[in-house]
Parts: sequence; C-alpha cells; structure tokens
Amino acid sequence: MWPFSKKRPLELPDFWWAYQEHFKEKLPEEVHENIFVVLDTETTGFSLTRDRMLCIGALKLLDNNIAVKESLEVYIQQEHYDSESAEIHGILKKSKKNTITELDALKQFLEYAKNYVLVGHHVMFDVNMINAALTRNGLPKLKNRTLDTESLYIRTLLISSVVHKKERYSLDDLAKKFSISRKDRHTALGDAFITAIAFLRTIEKLKPKKLKDLLG
Amino acid sequence: MKNTISERIADFLKNYPPFNTMEVEQLEQLSIEVTIIHKETNTVVFSQGEGPHENFYVVNKGAVALSKAGSSQILDICDEGDVFGLRPLLANESYKLEAKAYEETILYAIPIKDFKPLALENKRIGNFLIESFASNTGNPYSIKHRGKLYGEGSDSNQYSSDKMLELQPVKYSTKLITCKEGTQIKTIANKMTEHNVGCMLVVREDLPVGIITDKDIRKKVATGLYPITASAQSIMSSPIITYPKGLTLAQSQMAMMKSDISHLVLTEDGTTDTKVAGILSKHDIMVAVGNNPAVLLRAIKRASNAKRLRGIRHGIMNLLQGYLEQNIPLGLVSKIISELNDASTKQVVKIALSKMENEPSVKFTWLSMGSQGRGEQLLNTDQDNAIIFEDVPEENLEATRAYFLKLGERTSKMLNTIGFEYCPADMMASNRSWCHSLSEWKDVTRHWIHNPGPDEILLSSIFFDYNVTFGDKALADDLSQSIFDNVQGYPLFFTHLASGALQNPSPSGFFRDFLVEQDGEHKDFFDLKLRALMPIIDAARVLILSHSIKSINNTAERYEKLAELEPNNKELYLACSYASKALLKFRTRQGLLHNDSGRYIALDKLNKEEKIKLKRTFKTVKEIQSLIEVRFQVKNLLR
Repeated sequence: MWPFSKKRPLELPDFWWAYQEHFKEKLPEEVHENIFVVLDTETTGFSLTRDRMLCIGALKLLDNNIAVKESLEVYIQQEHYDSESAEIHGILKKSKKNTITELDALKQFLEYAKNYVLVGHHVMFDVNMINAALTRNGLPKLKNRTLDTESLYIRTLLISSVVHKKERYSLDDLAKKFSISRKDRHTALGDAFITAIAFLRTIEKLKPKKLKDLLG
Repeated sequence: MKNTISERIADFLKNYPPFNTMEVEQLEQLSIEVTIIHKETNTVVFSQGEGPHENFYVVNKGAVALSKAGSSQILDICDEGDVFGLRPLLANESYKLEAKAYEETILYAIPIKDFKPLALENKRIGNFLIESFASNTGNPYSIKHRGKLYGEGSDSNQYSSDKMLELQPVKYSTKLITCKEGTQIKTIANKMTEHNVGCMLVVREDLPVGIITDKDIRKKVATGLYPITASAQSIMSSPIITYPKGLTLAQSQMAMMKSDISHLVLTEDGTTDTKVAGILSKHDIMVAVGNNPAVLLRAIKRASNAKRLRGIRHGIMNLLQGYLEQNIPLGLVSKIISELNDASTKQVVKIALSKMENEPSVKFTWLSMGSQGRGEQLLNTDQDNAIIFEDVPEENLEATRAYFLKLGERTSKMLNTIGFEYCPADMMASNRSWCHSLSEWKDVTRHWIHNPGPDEILLSSIFFDYNVTFGDKALADDLSQSIFDNVQGYPLFFTHLASGALQNPSPSGFFRDFLVEQDGEHKDFFDLKLRALMPIIDAARVLILSHSIKSINNTAERYEKLAELEPNNKELYLACSYASKALLKFRTRQGLLHNDSGRYIALDKLNKEEKIKLKRTFKTVKEIQSLIEVRFQVKNLLR
C-alpha cells in the first residue's frame, strides 16, 4: 500500500492518516487566505531526549483575525520532571490544570494543525520537541511548513553594516519592540499570542503578497 | 472553556464601561467568543453605509478614527477601551460613519448575539447604552459615539469637529483645587503654582463661596493692599457667579463676556447651594474652539503622562493639516510644528526623569538628531536621539551610563507611545552606542572624522544635525567645538562627507523620467526622501560645516545663511532653500493623506501640476550636487 514507508505502516493510528490526508491539498497562494497556526510549547528543559513538553499552546491566524475560541491549550501528564524549569513556567507536576497523556496531546495537536503553516519564535525548537514526542509514541515526524518569527524579524531590519545587528532576538526583545504586553510570558498560549502579534507586525513591514514570498 | 487569552481579554475589558458592570463569569463567557483583529494603519474596519457586522468593537491597542466618507476630517478618535460600532447593531441599521485604523491597532470584536442577552438582562448595561445613545438624537456625530458616560470624558480634549460645535456641551476640568476662607494667601499662591492653575476656588463645607484668580493676587496683594499672610476671604471675589454643568460652548462664551470674567464655576444645578462640578476657564474654551499652538504648547507643558500627550499630538496633526490647507508658508509652519514636537519630547524626558528612582548624579544633555534636530520633522517620523553626560571618574562610568541608558529606554518607550516610531537602526539614547560621556563622544566623533568610511560618514551625517532638546547646553557646545577643531585639522573629511551626499543618484533619469524603486516593498514608488530630500539636506550639511557654523540646523535656513556667506552662489542657494521647503511640504501632504511618513509616492496618483513642481526641484538638486562635487573634489577620491 505504502511501499515507501518501511516502518510499521499499518500500525499508525487513524488520526495520523487523517493528518497526513490534509497534505494532499495545496496551501492557498495568497498570504491572507492562509491559516497560520502559531504555537509555543513549554518544556522541562532544552534536551530533546531528556526533556518533555509540559504544555502546548496554539492559535489560528486567518487574515489578521484570531478567534479566541479556536485556540488550543493542553497540559501534559509528566513522568520526567525537572524542578528548576518547572519554576520558570509555573506548571507543577501535579498542578490543578487538567492534564492529558502525551499521545492525546499529540493527537489533538495534529487534528488542530492539519496542513497549515506553523509559526513560532525559534519554531524549530518547538517542532523538534513535538517530533521527539511523536517518535516516542511511534509516530512519524511533523510534515508542516514552518516560519520562524526571529528570522522574519531580522529581515525587517535595515540592511546596513552600521546597524550593529544582534545575533539573536528573544521573544522578549520582539515584545518590547512592538510594545506587546508581556504579562502572560511563559504560559504556552500567552507566548503564542505574543508571537502571533509579533508575526503580524513583522509581515506588515515585509508586505508579502504570496505565501511563497514568506516561506522564501 | 476559558484559556489564557480569554482571561487576558476579560482582564482588559473589566476596566471599561459597560463591561465593568458585568459579573465575572459573564465576562469570562463573553471573552471566549471574542475575535482578536489586527488592523494595519489606514485599513478600514467598516465603511459608511455598510450593513451591520456580527460584531461590535473595542479598541485594545492603538486608535481608530471615525469619519464621514470622503471627508478627511476626523470626527472622533477611539483609543484604548473605547467601544465603537455598537449602535448600528442594536438599531439594526447600516453604519453612519467610516471607521479606519489611525495607527496599528488591535481590536476585540465582540459578537452581538452573545452580548445582547447580557445587555437585556443586566440593567446597568442597558442604562449605559441608553445614556450613551439617547443624547445623540440631536447630533448624531457628537462625542457620544465613543460610548462614554456623560461627563466622564473630561480628560480628553477631543471635540467632535462637527459644524455645530457651539452647541456641544463644554468640557471642563473636574480636578478642583480648593481652599478654605481662612487659608493664607501665601499658601494659596504656592498651591496654584504647584498645580499650574490660574485660579483657586474657596469653599465652605463643600459649597463654593468665592474664587481667587491670578488677577486678584496681582491687584490686591502684589500692590501691597493686603499682606501675603492675609486670609483668602479678604481678597476673594464673592459672591461667585455659577452656572449649571450642562453648559454649551456658546453659552459659556456668552457668560464670560457678559460678566467679564475668565473662569466659570459650574455646579450641579447652577446655584451656589449645590456642590461644585467643575471649573471652566477661558483656556478650556480656547482649546475647544481652535487648535491654537499657544494653547497646545501649554497643554503639553501641563501633561503629566504619555496618554495625555498622545491626545495633544492628535491636535498637533489637525493643526498641521489646517495650515497646509490654508497654504501658510512652510518656513513658519515647520517652525511651529517643530517647536511643538520639541516641547513634547522635552516633556517626555521630564516625565521619564521624574519617574527615575533618583536624580541624575551629573549634568546631561538630551540631543535630538536627524530630522527633529534639523527642525524638519512635521509628521510623526522616527525618533533619533542621544545622550551626552558629564565626565565622571572611570570607576563610576558604567554605573552612570546604566542610569542614563535606563532614562533613554523609558523616554524612547514613552515617545513611541505618543507616536514617534522607534528608529529602525536603533539610533536612540537607549542604545549604548548613543549614550556616552562628553569625552567619549569626543573620541567617537574624532574617530568618525579621521576614519571616514561609508559607515562613519552615515553616522556623522545623522549625528551632526543634533540639537539640544533637554538639559545642559554647554555640553553640546563643548562637543561642537571639538568637532570643528577636528575637521579643520582634517579637511579630507569634507570630501568624504560630500561624497556621501552624492551617493544617491539624482532623481530624474534618462528621458527625464522619474527613477522609481526597482524592487522590494516599495517597487514602482518614488522614494522622495532618499532621492530628493536627502541629497539636498546632505549638501546643506557639508557646506555649512565647512563654514564652521553649528548653530543652524534647519536645511532651508542653512541655505539662506549660505546665500549670505557666498553671494556669488546666492541664486542657487536660494533655489535650494526653496526646493527643500517645497519637498518637505510635498512629503508632509503625502504623509497626511496616507497617514504615514510620506516617504514613498505613488507617481500615478500625482496630477500633472504636482509632477512638474516636483521635477523643477530636481533640477536644483542636480545643480547643488555638481557644486559640491567640484568644490570638495570628490572625483579625486578613490572610490
């Protein structure tokens, strides 16, 4: 059936096939017709093997609009636990929030993300974190296109050697630049929201017409 | 299911009417249904005559302008927390006004179907709606479109620009400064000075009994009639003339003229037997009747926070538009507007300074650079600024710098709030490369002058137009002297500076067509700043610096001075002076039209006359470019 996928093709759950099915459709060409899924994950640390996701927050952006109801915020049950970073994110192992299993969280995320472009600040970290979780659960990796708000932001800066460009721009830097309130920093959905606004402000500067101009 | 974002929305809405009257759970429910909309500057939220949307809007960030279609006149500006576009939904009629994002804006769109049941259920919401709409019947474009409760909007001086201004209820100050009959005159004078007001109300058990104005103090105390230790009672004017608080503008003007007084006391029912609602001064009326620079300037000096200043700056923009419509000479206009911009910046620095934990340990100077330094900043463009502070011992240097960097950061954030964009190249006092002690600045400028690479030339061309906005002028003068001493010893610097002025190709190309941008965001637009304004500004700078004159920063004035210094080139210089004014005016007009910086011009939108005018200035640009090319022997420079 799927001669190219070697590993246990038939054992993959239905939701994965449903997710994969979405990629048969092409993304709309115009930027304003595209749905962007802006995401952020809170994790126990930066190691792809040792650390785990605590929470996935995501929202959908269509033509400058964000419908609050259509956002995703899932908290994940923890086995692995690192007291230091839990302090940063304020999510304790046995917090009162309703937690679900990692597999359920992935399922919800895949159903949510479909084939839309994923946007995040240092997006590859979040994507790799999700991919690591997918692998742990015997699933293939994410297939979505991605956009990183840091690299987009750097594209808006003046191209001149006078400007001492910083190497890295944190989400805090962007929030400051675009005067976005940083109250909800370090909650996954709060960070996703800040990223979404930063993304909107950035593409307003870049004014891409077609999606391919953005994806570069 | 509530989430982090809906919580944040509820948290915001609960501060503003009518949401402040809602139950917490109701508000949380409503917040989940919200759609967050990001609007770019000048994009339409709804247009006049359009059928009602499913949502009404609350401004979360930014500002939205309401106006009649086809008219550039803004009837009202809604900013943070203001509700708009609600009435048509309740009345089920189409929009009567056009709503456009005045700046980059974030809106909360609230579905009417979820809001209406709450409004019907909650009596206080119902009352709010009735109060805010009922008064509209006589004047559908009144201030009430903002949806604020009567009498609450008194901190904003935005009158709707309807023709029937005279019939609008007047806005008065509700922050009363009062004293008792027995208070000493000295205390009163101190209090009036502290609050920067011209009059003081004398009250007995909360009821007004008399009023003391500047005039009373001048006539009765300064003349020696009464000592400063006398009581308020002895010099107050009494009984006082009171009016009811719903007074219209026209009525209040009449009242002042009739009794020949400059302050009206407004009470709840218009008699002296009820509590005072507020005081109305001639100044308030002047603010209402016309945007007059003197009044705006005074309002700026009184402003104690950024939000207030932002309101005043809307007034400045209206004034600018009026001046251009009336064709008032641009030299004068740019003087007035720069003065107001400068005053705003100064006030912002002052506010930021007062909010610092401690006083600065040494003297410092706040410099405005670029267009603001040249007094050519008509529109709200980027902020370019720098700080010089007095030399301190080596061990204190970094601590001192940290203090001023913090000051710089706060100031530039506040400037951003009131409408000055951040500098895209980060040339701001909040950046450590633009916040130095005097001797560091001398080193930095010496380095630029002795090593004039393209970067150094660009930096000098921005920095050398500095102007003192706040603080100690002596520091800046000291630096200017050091710069001149250096360039006299290194004349090759002028050649480099001149070549910098020539690097932008002249504006008209082959066949005298406009050179338009070839690619990027502004493809096929004409870059007025880069191709026409910059060459003429850069040329003025190098010429005037070569005459060792630092006191003149304005480009047009620089050329006038040059015409005086070099009579043989008088004609060209005067043409340049004219061209720089014409181009600036052009840019400002374009900017006001599109509510942006006016830098890029769509050529196909210009009419024939405008194109000819523009081309005429290009000829001058070309001539001045060839003059500096020859004078500073740029050709000899190895490029």
